[in-house]
Parts: sequence; structure tokens; C-alpha cells
Amino acid sequence: MDKNISFTLKIWRQNGPKEQGHFDTFQMKDIPGDTSFLEMLDILNEQLIEEGKEPVVFDHDCREGICGMCSLYINGHPHGPATGATTCQLYMRRFNDGDVITVEPWRSAGFPVIKDLMVDRSAYDKIMQAGGYISIRTGAPQDANAILIPKPIADEAMDAASCIGCGACVAACKNGSAMLFVSAKVSQLNLLPQGKPEALRRAKAMISKMDELGFGNCTNTRACEAECPKNVSISNIARLNRDFIKAKLKD
Amino acid sequence: MWLSNSSIGRKVVMSVTGIALVLFLTFHMLMNLVALFSAEGYNMVCEFLGTNWYALLGTLALAALFVIHIIYAFWLTMMNRAARGSERYAVSVKPKTVEWASQNMLALGVIVILGLALHLFNFWYNMMFAELIGNPLMGGLSATDGYGYIVETFSNPVFFILYIVWLCALWFHLTHGFWSAMQTLGWNNTIWINRWKCISNIYSTVIVLGFMLVAVVFFVKNL
Ligand code: HEM
Ligand code: SF4
Ligand code: FES
Repeated sequence: MDKNISFTLKIWRQNGPKEQGHFDTFQMKDIPGDTSFLEMLDILNEQLIEEGKEPVVFDHDCREGICGMCSLYINGHPHGPATGATTCQLYMRRFNDGDVITVEPWRSAGFPVIKDLMVDRSAYDKIMQAGGYISIRTGAPQDANAILIPKPIADEAMDAASCIGCGACVAACKNGSAMLFVSAKVSQLNLLPQGKPEALRRAKAMISKMDELGFGNCTNTRACEAECPKNVSISNIARLNRDFIKAKLKD
Repeated sequence: MWLSNSSIGRKVVMSVTGIALVLFLTFHMLMNLVALFSAEGYNMVCEFLGTNWYALLGTLALAALFVIHIIYAFWLTMMNRAARGSERYAVSVKPKTVEWASQNMLALGVIVILGLALHLFNFWYNMMFAELIGNPLMGGLSATDGYGYIVETFSNPVFFILYIVWLCALWFHLTHGFWSAMQTLGWNNTIWINRWKCISNIYSTVIVLGFMLVAVVFFVKNL
């Protein structure tokens, strides 16, 4: 059994995208170490509801690290101090008795705050709609070995496809750049034979949507890669740059 | 035009101008090393570059590269601050794999500009302009006496220290800039990133040490 800990929570409260926000402070007592971070917030919210106060709003869904909904900036890290894990996979045993834990929303012009810790990430959906799919009719399912794909390529495409669209890359980036996400979504298709025919068009369309939505210019600081819960690599960004430059030189 | 209205295009401009400046630095550093061996040799190089129309053309091209790199640097930084939004994090921690230089390229660049201004004042103003205005600032050295100007400049400890600070800023700028430019141009992957970073560090160190060597040797000679 993990030890129980008591700590101070500083949580960002904000009523809407245009409202002025502020921090609220809460004392948490005797929280078991095997409580997940989101369960800990559930405990806080139950207390707040019992006291007749407004609960803290935060995003979550699967709570098993696959949906990408949870999105908390904890003590200076998107998804908290653990690496390669989402907020919902973070456990209180990571923290110590007496800690002050600061919880903020993703802060980026591309992701305006809806309320408290919940931000609007629909910009990512718009980028996906711009080209994150294949428009070729693939016909009936065929034998898996009919199209041979070398294992290293299949692995790279799979690693790119592990992106859950959580937005931590934008949250971590001092430039508010969405390049890690976009490059993962472009690479997962552009690497494979089924995605190749539209590869250049896809790179152009998704970048142009990304720019239009006001995300920043990537300056290769690598903060995204360090904070990504799925360890998506910036080699995807190099591939996207390559495809985009190729496409523009062809035009 | 994709070089100005797309994020990757703008980055391509940064990296191409940056790499061209790196090449220039390489030649400039090699040329300076001549001063360590022979005063006449160095002045011959100066005379050759001072009286050569191609060199003048090169100077103009170089100035253009600088101006483009600097304008884009400020432009990109402004756009990126806007994209970041008005609200800052109360707590933020730099992950271990993030180089300090990569987050401070503009500040480092500004130090490089200031150093460059000093440098133009110390050398170029006297050596290029002097031919036009015939009034060197520093004593009675002739316009092609580059060697003389090196001796003059580095005999002053204030200038010496400013040049060293300048070169340190340049080193930080280059260690990130070099591999970053390769990444921007798409010439990178999980294997090459470590190679490029290694090459960046070695190349930047060699260039900066080359410049520093000249400064230190002439400073020490004058003690
Ligand atoms: C000898 C002088 C210089 C050299 C050799 C140089 C070289 C480079 C290189 C190679 C890059 C990387 C480009 C990329 O990431 O694609 C870069 C980036 C940058 N440079 Fe310079 N630079 C010089 C002077 C300056 C000056 C004077 C400024 C002025 C403010 C400046 C500001 C920047 C900024 C802000 C970046 C980052 C922009 C980005 O990555 O998008 N640099 N530089
Ligand atoms: S690249 Fe990583 S950090 Fe960015 S959205 Fe995908 S999973 Fe999240
Ligand atoms: S809630 Fe689904 S990834 Fe965290």
C-alpha cells in the first residue's frame, strides 16, 4: 500500500474564454498514493459540491491513456511530471506530503479556455478535416499480405499513429506550434502505400489549415517531444517539412 | 508566396539565410587565422578583398542575408508570441532535452547584432569607408592595414572582453541553429538528429575557437 499524503492544490479558475482567471487554493488531506490524479480531482469536486460550491471543470473521458481528452498542466508540465503518460495515468504517489501542486489549463491562443481547466481543442479537428484521411476507395478488405510494407516503415507509421491528439505539444511549446501533432497525423498516412498518392496534397492542406488557425512557427526547441505522452518523435516534423518543401517546389 | 505565407516556408528562409551566414563565418574565420602567421599575408588578403568588385558584391549579398535573417527573426518571434497567447503559465519547467539556446535564439541574435555593430565600427568602417571618406577613426593606419587594426582593437581590454562575449553568444546561436536548419529543411530523422547535433557542436566550437584564438593571441601579445 502507498502512503497517504496531504498537500495544497492551486487550481486555475476561469469562467469563460474572455473572462479574467485566477487561482483557487484547496487543502487536500490523507489522499492515498494509488489515487489517480483525476480521481483526486473527483474527491475535491465531491467536497466542493457538499459545501455547496461550484466544482472544478476539467476534461476527461477514457481514463486509460487512449482518448487524449485529459489535459492538465501540472507543476510546469503538460500531463504532469511523469513522462510518456497522460494525466489520467498519473498517480498521487508521484507527489510528496506537503507539496504545492499547481494545475493550469493548456495556455495557447489556438486553444481558448472554455471554463476552468477545460480548453477548446476543436482546432485539431479542423486540421484533421483538412486532409488527415485518405479519399481513395479501398474496396473490399483484402489479404493483409497483398501490399507488403517493410517492418521499419510499418513501425514508424504505427508510432506516428499513436498520437492521441491531446494537445500537450502545443501546450508545451513556447511558440504555440502544433507541428508535432500535424506531423504525426501526416506521417501515419504518408509513410504507407495507401497514403502515398495524396501525400503532398495532404501536407500542404494540413499545414495551410494549421497556419490559418494561428498556431506558431516551429523553431525546433523539442519541448513537444519531451512532453508528449506518446513519445511522438520530431523526426515526423522533419518528414513533414520534407514533404511540404517537395510539394511547393513542384508547384 | 510560400516563403512568406506558410510557417514552413518562413522557416526555410531562416535556415537558408542562416546556413549561408555560417558559410561566410567559416571563410572569415579561416582568413583571420592568416593574421596569426603573417602580417603581410593578412594585409594582402585585406587589400585583395578591399579592391575587388566581386568582394564588394559579396558584401552586399551578405548584408542582404543578414537583413532578411533579422527581419524574419523578429517577424517569427512576434507571430510565435501571439500564437502562445496572452496568458503565461504560473509554473513552467524546461524539460531536460530542451536546449537553453533553442528558447533564446532572438536574444542571442540581438547580442550578435550588437557585436556586429561594434565590429563594423572597429574594422569595416575604417577599412571600407576610409577609402571613400579618407578619415580613419583610429590613428594613422591605412585602410588596407587590417593587421594594424587587429593589433589596435585587441590591445584594448574592453574591446577584447566584448568580443569574447559576442563570440560566446554566437556559439550558443550556432549550436542550436546548425542542426535546427537541417531539421527545418527536412534532412533529419531519429538517427541523423544525434549526428547533426554532434556536427553542430563541433563545427560551432571550431569556428568560435578560431575567432577567439586570434583575439586571445593579439590580446596576450599586447600585455
Ligand atoms: C552570423 C550570424 C548568424 C548566423 C550564422 C545565424 C544562423 C542561424 C541559423 C543556422 C539558424 C537556424 C534556422 C532554422 O532553425 O531553420 C538561425 C536561427 C535564428 N536566428 Fe540566426 N544567425 C545569425 C545572426 C542572427 C541575428 C543577428 C539574429 C537577430 C535577431 C538572429 C536571430 C535568429 C532567430 C530568432 C532564429 C530562430 C528562428 C527559428 O528557428 O525559426 N540570428 N540562425
Ligand atoms: S503529438 Fe503527442 S502531445 Fe501532440 S497531440 Fe499527439 S499525443 Fe498529444
Ligand atoms: S482521459 Fe483519455 S487519455 Fe486521459
